Amino acid sequence: MRKIKEFAADFGWPRIIIFLFLVSLFIVAPFVGVSISRSLSDTLNRFGQNAILVLALVPMVQSGCGLNFGLPVGIIAGLLGATVAMQLGLTGWLGFLGAVAICIPFGLLLGWLYGQLLNKVKGEEMTIAMYVGFSIITFFSILWLLLPYSNPAMIWGYGGAGLRTTITLDNYWSKILNDFLAVRIGGSFVFPTGMILFFALCAFFVYLFFRTKTGTAMTAVGSNPDFARAGGVSADKMRTVSVMLSTVLGAVGILVYQQSFGFIQLYQAPLYMAFPAVAALLIGGASVNKASMVNVVVGTLLFQGILTMTPSVINSILQTDMSEVIRIVLSNGMILYALTRKTKVSK
Amino acid sequence: MPKPPPLLSLQHISKSFYGNPVLEDVSFDVGPGEIVGLVGENGAGKTTLMRILFGMPVIAETGGYGGRIELDGAQVSFKTPFDALDAGIGMVHQEFSLIPGFSTTENIVLNREPMKANAACEVFGDRMSVLDRTTMRSVAEKAIERLGVKLDPETLVSEMPVGHKQFTEIAREINRENVRLLVLDEPTAVLTESEAEILLEALRRLAAQGISIIFISHRLHEITKVADTIVVLRDGKVVKEAPSEGTSVRDIAAWMVGRSVEAKRPDLATRSFGEEALRVERLWVDMPGESVRDVSFSVRSGEIFGIGGLAGQGKLGVPNGIMGLYAGGGSVTLHGKSVPLNDPKAALAMGMAFVSEDRRGVGLLLDESLEWNIGFTAMQIRGDYLKRYLGGLLKLRDEAGLRKLAEEYIELLSIKCTSPKQFAKELSGGNQQKICLAKAFAMQPDLLFVSEPTRGIDVGAKELVLKSLRHYNRDNGTTIVMVSSELEELRSICDRVAIVDEGRIAGILPPDADIADFGLLMAGEVKEEAAHA
Repeated sequence: MRKIKEFAADFGWPRIIIFLFLVSLFIVAPFVGVSISRSLSDTLNRFGQNAILVLALVPMVQSGCGLNFGLPVGIIAGLLGATVAMQLGLTGWLGFLGAVAICIPFGLLLGWLYGQLLNKVKGEEMTIAMYVGFSIITFFSILWLLLPYSNPAMIWGYGGAGLRTTITLDNYWSKILNDFLAVRIGGSFVFPTGMILFFALCAFFVYLFFRTKTGTAMTAVGSNPDFARAGGVSADKMRTVSVMLSTVLGAVGILVYQQSFGFIQLYQAPLYMAFPAVAALLIGGASVNKASMVNVVVGTLLFQGILTMTPSVINSILQTDMSEVIRIVLSNGMILYALTRKTKVSK
Repeated sequence: MPKPPPLLSLQHISKSFYGNPVLEDVSFDVGPGEIVGLVGENGAGKTTLMRILFGMPVIAETGGYGGRIELDGAQVSFKTPFDALDAGIGMVHQEFSLIPGFSTTENIVLNREPMKANAACEVFGDRMSVLDRTTMRSVAEKAIERLGVKLDPETLVSEMPVGHKQFTEIAREINRENVRLLVLDEPTAVLTESEAEILLEALRRLAAQGISIIFISHRLHEITKVADTIVVLRDGKVVKEAPSEGTSVRDIAAWMVGRSVEAKRPDLATRSFGEEALRVERLWVDMPGESVRDVSFSVRSGEIFGIGGLAGQGKLGVPNGIMGLYAGGGSVTLHGKSVPLNDPKAALAMGMAFVSEDRRGVGLLLDESLEWNIGFTAMQIRGDYLKRYLGGLLKLRDEAGLRKLAEEYIELLSIKCTSPKQFAKELSGGNQQKICLAKAFAMQPDLLFVSEPTRGIDVGAKELVLKSLRHYNRDNGTTIVMVSSELEELRSICDRVAIVDEGRIAGILPPDADIADFGLLMAGEVKEEAAHA
């Protein structure tokens, strides 16, 4: 009994409840006529789609900058990468990898600026970050109209200027990662090998980074900035590096999301992208100042699993669309829960 | 002449915080119009005693006190400072409690302002009455005159020199109708010498008017000058109560610090040192509460150099400044090479290491493993414990190496822990301190700064920490600069001891010097150039 209690305390009650809820959804699914194989396939798909965005939060959490509610800064860099690559007419693998290559310098630059700002508001990073995210999206909403894009697939048909709100990636790099080495089992289950591999690669890179000297210093800054300073490490520099890394990962993350989704969404679309990512990381057991790869994987699986299952299952039972409500309750409730318990970390 | 009955009588006062006795059986009397000088080192229990007398809530919250306090022969027990005020006890704190935007007059009569009735009072009652400025001013002037100092009643507190603020506080306390006993906690600490003179003069005038005074000060000559009776507290006990006449500053100093009579250091003769390792010239450090104004000293290679002094005088600022943790200036050279200040990385890279006095705040990564805590600085500064991959392109943490290092020091310093993976926050204070030492040792420093190494750890751990420092010095020839509030500790381990007073080095003594000499330096009685010892 004690072991169970200890395990529960270690794993965290919210995660256990969410896990049980997810399992019960899968159990109920066949009885209300929802296909398990399709659901699993969808869950995996959405996992791959979102996991890098969740991963992008890790560096800033580790360096003590808190949860990156300013993830839209990275998303903007990704959108710049994608639109510029399209404008240059790059398609297929060249298009996707080109977009990645283009978004990285944008991510580094925006991340550096964002990092400078966060260094000036220590202790209030999360609040400030949220407004940075909102501001940059609004600012770029103007720029999407003004920047001289000219590819007819991207701009408004009638005015001939300004980008559309949604740009299709068909004929460019839609599903390019999803379909790479994809394994099809039965009629409706598809394992998106390429996308999962790409995530694994990114996660491995971040894992390695945190084992380098710089990564170690970054973790120490997050754990105790005074200790790090006494050890000859510049806290501001480490924080800036973490913000830049976070932003670049956010940019790559949105590119992966787009190729799976099939569209580039501009203007107000990225406004609330940070919240599901933050909620997923927290469900995974991360705290405001500690996060690991395990937190990312477990959290994204649980969160996206719930998001996939609730619409189909609950809607079949209740005959009404509850999915959006549950999604909002879950993600915001999780964020609220985590912020009120700042110190507790579960492995 | 028979002694008049005492105004205040403290009888067998004892007090402990969480089982730690801070006061034991303290008894003394204060006669009417008598000035009692209360002296003692930091932590001797002066502040606690005054808190008990003044009925500060913290005393009741921590379990009350033992013994009895009599005022005019009747037992009193104050629940709050207001009770003490009503009974005629006034207190002047070390920090000013004045309203900066108010004038002298307004501060003196605050909350006791004379009022003037007007027509609105007829309808709405007394709450509508207005301040009677003329009476206020005359009341304030009377209080100032009683003090015998020159103060402009209309000046704003924010625009006054510190001395005047101090006088305003005292004037406020004596303005109460019934004030009979005045407690002054370090009133001269912030004053210049001439201002202090005027204050002492004012105190004597007040005493002549029949007000009793308890005067707490570190400046011993002030005590001998102004007090009638001197009470010396040490480790919570009254070690001496003597009339001030015929007592010299030297006597008080010896009573204040003296524990064991002699520090026997037979090893001193056999110690030999190399050439100059560290040279500090005209160092200033802006460390809050521990500012260093002008410190110069030099340490020879292989020496253990001690820095002592009372809290707040700046001894902690010296290592923190040299290691670049607080802004500072001046010149510091290590083996003839100039050490850049305000740059912790450069200081560490030159082969200096620092064990901070703020163990939990600066010394440790509480939420990380012991391996990390011990190896971190060595990894960051010296590039140790990194494994190379892909021909040096990728350098990753050497977990096995870190583990070995941690195990080595856990063994060497006999650190009690479950494994090197344990979190630092789970260890006891003494073991945490050993981790901090291990972290510094892992740097293989040429010069080691150790700040308050035994603060807040138990006696057994203290011995172990001091022993490991001594051994490290002996085995590796490492120069050690040790800062500590515990004089005994410095005298037992150091080759020379410097005493810091008011941000300057008051003097440097051999460890077996007379204890009274140390006491005199701490009390700022001897001003001498700190060049040689």
